[in-house]
Amino acid sequence: MPGSYIPSEYLPVFITLVLGTCFAVGALVLGELLRPRRPYAEKLSIYESGNIPVGEPRTRFDVRFYVIGMLFVVFDVEAVFLYPWAVAFGNIGLLGFWSMIFFLAIILVGYLYDWKKGALE
Amino acid sequence: MLPEFFFGYFACAILGLAMLTVTRKNLVHSVLWMLLLFLHIACLYLFLNAEFLAVIQVIVYAGAILVLFLFLVMLLNLREEHEARRFVKAWQGRLAVCILLLTVIVISVYKAAVQPTGGYSITFINEMGHTKVLGTVLFNQYVLPFLMTALVLFVPMVAAIVLAMKERKR
Repeated sequence: MPGSYIPSEYLPVFITLVLGTCFAVGALVLGELLRPRRPYAEKLSIYESGNIPVGEPRTRFDVRFYVIGMLFVVFDVEAVFLYPWAVAFGNIGLLGFWSMIFFLAIILVGYLYDWKKGALE
Repeated sequence: MLPEFFFGYFACAILGLAMLTVTRKNLVHSVLWMLLLFLHIACLYLFLNAEFLAVIQVIVYAGAILVLFLFLVMLLNLREEHEARRFVKAWQGRLAVCILLLTVIVISVYKAAVQPTGGYSITFINEMGHTKVLGTVLFNQYVLPFLMTALVLFVPMVAAIVLAMKERKR
């Protein structure tokens, strides 16, 4: 029955996760409890490689970077589809094979359009 | 008992994290809570015997979609003290939206098949391997929806360029 399934082979992952979380939180809490607290203006100022901080820490991004991010997502999803396609290659027949080729062709058209428009410059 | 315990934890955690995500004033904190939310959803998939989906959730959502969210945060460059104006103050509207959403969820839960349909039982999937089963089903029965995802991926590629180029010409 779905819902009553325990992924027991993931127990090592779970243990690692719990140990890692305990270590990270424990180190932070322990450090907070143990360290001496003597703040002064010099120490509290923003660290910028020893220089006096210049300008705003948050600056506005150019839209171009968003296009790069979008391309990253698209190719990520494409790789995700390629993986089951490759694993099940023996079971999918000609239709499955050509559907993936067609899929890649559509993505390629979009990529070439981006390239030609100079979004990758 | 144990599966119910885990499901209860993940359901409560997902709800709580979703609330934290939408109520934070600081956008970067919001995105970080969202990362934790995506990881919890991945764990929930794992408990539903959807191993491949869990990994995809981590790779695509926690990896790629979150990057887009961070880009948006930096693109908009919103301040913590940014005061948002509420568009609609009427509580009736909110209630209507809640009831509508709840109706959709309840109907879909009742309509959903509790048992795995076809020959794909848990033991069969475990024997054959999650990814292989998924690939076989996807590229035999669902070729057309798969090709439509290509178009769905194609549209933002072109749309982002068109919008970004318009911005630069100005």
